[in-house]
Amino acid sequence: MVSPILTGTMPKVMRVVPRNRNIEGLLLFFVFGINAFELAQIQLSTLQVLRSDFWLYWAPLTLIALVVHGILRRRASEADSLILPIAVFLNGLGIAEIYRLDIAKAAAGATDLFAVKQVIWTLVAMAACAAVIWFVPNQLFLRRYVFVAMATGIALLLLPMLPFIGLTINGARLWIGIGPFTFQPGELAKIALIVFFAGYLVSRKDSLAVVGRTIFGIHIPRARELGPILVIWVASLAVLVLQRDLGTSLLYFGLFLVMIYVATGRAIYVVVGLGMFITGALVAAQVMDYVAGRFGAWLDAFNPERYDAVGGSYQLVQGIFGLAHGGLFGTGLGGGVPQLVPLAESDFIITSLGEELGLVGFFVILLCYLLLIQRGLRIAFKHQDDFSRLLAVGFSFVIALQCFIVIGGVTRVVPLTGLTTPLLAAGGSSLLANWMIIGLLLRLSDSVAIKRGAADE
Amino acid sequence: MNKQLRRVSLVIAAMFLSLFVSSTTIQVLNADALTADQRNVRSVYDSYETQRGAILVDGQPIASSTKTDDEFHYLREYSNIRYSSVTGFFSFFNGATGLEASANDYLTGKNSSQFFEQINALFSGNPVIGGSIELTIDPKVQKVAWDALGNMKGAVVAIDPSTGNILAMVSKPGFDANRLASHDSTDATKNYQSLLSNKGDPLINRAISGDLYAPGSVFKLIVSAAAIESGNFTPESKINNPYKFKLPGTDTYVYNSGEGRCGGQTTVSLADALRYSCNVPFAQVGIQLGQDKIRRQAELFGFGKSIRVPLLVTPSVYPDSMDDAQTGLSSFGQFDVRVTPMQMAMVASAIANGGTLMKPNLIENVLSSNLASLYQPKPVEYSKPVSPNTAKLLTEMMVKAVSSGVSGNGQVPGVRTAGKTGTAQNGENDPYTLWFTGFAPAENAKVAVAVVIEDGGGMGQNGRGNSLAAPVARKVMMAVLGK
Repeated sequence: MVSPILTGTMPKVMRVVPRNRNIEGLLLFFVFGINAFELAQIQLSTLQVLRSDFWLYWAPLTLIALVVHGILRRRASEADSLILPIAVFLNGLGIAEIYRLDIAKAAAGATDLFAVKQVIWTLVAMAACAAVIWFVPNQLFLRRYVFVAMATGIALLLLPMLPFIGLTINGARLWIGIGPFTFQPGELAKIALIVFFAGYLVSRKDSLAVVGRTIFGIHIPRARELGPILVIWVASLAVLVLQRDLGTSLLYFGLFLVMIYVATGRAIYVVVGLGMFITGALVAAQVMDYVAGRFGAWLDAFNPERYDAVGGSYQLVQGIFGLAHGGLFGTGLGGGVPQLVPLAESDFIITSLGEELGLVGFFVILLCYLLLIQRGLRIAFKHQDDFSRLLAVGFSFVIALQCFIVIGGVTRVVPLTGLTTPLLAAGGSSLLANWMIIGLLLRLSDSVAIKRGAADE
Repeated sequence: MNKQLRRVSLVIAAMFLSLFVSSTTIQVLNADALTADQRNVRSVYDSYETQRGAILVDGQPIASSTKTDDEFHYLREYSNIRYSSVTGFFSFFNGATGLEASANDYLTGKNSSQFFEQINALFSGNPVIGGSIELTIDPKVQKVAWDALGNMKGAVVAIDPSTGNILAMVSKPGFDANRLASHDSTDATKNYQSLLSNKGDPLINRAISGDLYAPGSVFKLIVSAAAIESGNFTPESKINNPYKFKLPGTDTYVYNSGEGRCGGQTTVSLADALRYSCNVPFAQVGIQLGQDKIRRQAELFGFGKSIRVPLLVTPSVYPDSMDDAQTGLSSFGQFDVRVTPMQMAMVASAIANGGTLMKPNLIENVLSSNLASLYQPKPVEYSKPVSPNTAKLLTEMMVKAVSSGVSGNGQVPGVRTAGKTGTAQNGENDPYTLWFTGFAPAENAKVAVAVVIEDGGGMGQNGRGNSLAAPVARKVMMAVLGK
């Protein structure tokens, strides 16, 4: 049995009073203080002085968070009070660590700096979050656009395959580039696909749940009901083969399996689906060097041959060295050398933070994600209508699975793949998508409370 | 739907549980092993935080750290290339070697003798200031040894036999450690790569850790020692003296280096065999003694064990399970016998010190950051490879080898000098490896020395130990004796 905290089954008492926003405001001020403390510590330990650009990294996030808070007061006053402070905390911690890496890189003469970009993207992403809260009145609004969502999702997924604007970075074809801007449309596709899955599964869940035959006590669905799984399976493998990205492929497929399971209650879909995915991945490991290399680097990371190989385990091992260097309490922000790890600001931001904040900080970050996910699952438990429940579980699970794939990747639980750590890692598309998810979760949590409130009256 | 949601919650809990476990494993349980991994340069970064102590020779720094404004805080500087084999290098980007690596604890203040400095640093919040180390090296002797080798590849080790203090340790070619200590990563790495690919292998300390050398005739000292210690031989023992000797069980003959009879008679004494450095008698003596006795003698001199001076000295090798033919060949330092110059200096040193081998040592004094003495290593007896009497007999044999034998170029003018040359063959057409090992004065020796020169000193198979290695040793011994 999971603790009642995680499943959200504990308190059945609902409060109608708009106390939520006041709690949120209080927590936000606490978070702003922590964010300021992080930046100050970084400047003091690396530059020995507080410089005026402290404000550049602190003020924009703080101001836009207050704007989102204000909009929640106006448009979703009953929304969950923990989601926004946690997201702002993670985003602020990300900006601080990216800024800290910039300082190290600038000292070494590098010019590819990310912190200012991250601040700008934070503004864009949180503005999008505010827009979602403002313009999406309730979840039924989304239900009208299920097939638009499907088309958008597929289009976004395929966008990087187009000539001229499609970009291959580090071997994966996941980006589009227009002028100096690069964007990963797959991140936004997550949202569109969750909306589509939820809508599709709600309308088909009864026929999907119908049992065809029973063999040895196992309920086998009718063959035609397996169609959608096949489509998604092919699509995920296409991502793996064409865009060369194991992580994204796993993310979409895992997301779909969980949503179909929640919708139908048929574990057979998960069993069959996982079997198909593992088979597909094993075949891919045989025929695609890139996949085989990832598996080899995972299982045998410390072998010097893997370590020295191009595309081998160097980055993974350096990240692990960083974590080990941090130990229990870390080197303190600005005290470590996270810049030794390639992509320390994006894929490996969590090892950078683990090095400087230690296992204690690492656990705090994991617990923040866990709390965020729990708030999402809580919405799923409480909501009356199945579409909303599927949306909430989809959004929560996608955050959970993405955390697991990327953090599990850098700590050798699973093979390393190129996903971003939600809200922490440098990268505009990821920030935008995750803040939109935050906006949607806030919106959903508000409608739970409204309904409950109405019912209680 | 709630049942499914609970199960999904469980799955998520399991996923995060695995992350808690994996991160704990890495950051706490395996942290020490990961930190010790050679590929983990973070400990090097950590050591940049502290000001490394200096390495001193006669009070003058040969390696020292000065404050810089960049993120690395301190720049390591080296005074002279002739100390490169001793100091090694300390590089932000390419690790550390030499004393910079093996005395790192002292230099960074992490040794237990620096406990109070650590406590002080803990409470003041300042980084520990490293200790300095004063070496036993005599700068005059080091310079003479460096200069005497000239452009030849090779190594010189000079030891004070009564204490084991290392007076000189030279390996040529050397390298400029400043080029590796550079804070410019591109520069430092480029320099490192070019030194790595340099044909002269300047980064290898030939004195203690090169590819090891065939000792040739200098190994006859060890066979002589074993022979006398066995009680079956004295320096005057007569040995059959054919002009060639067929190795048992083969069709191979052993010849003396001039391909004549050793000393012209049908028998030859052990002393004369050493004096004229004849292979035929030594092959017979070796076979008669048997490999086990020789191996035991060699191990008493230090073969087969690495020692720390505190630089790590590669163990020298006397092969296992040889047949009689191989034992015969190895008795004049051929076949698979392999030695370091440090090992041969230890052999000379033990004979010079009346049969007692003092453990070689480079560190005279460890000083705290305020120059108080923290630790002064005392001379340590390593072993007693031969009795005082055997040592005396061997000394006389070596004196004759220099005064009236084939090792004459080692003679220090006006001083009774003991020594032995060697000219080891490698491949059939490969240049010879040239040797001299010895000590002076013969009584109450002040210095034991070993010199090795690779590639026949540039003369291929025309180079001889006596013509090229012995003069280098002579100059080094003269420098110690103040001549």
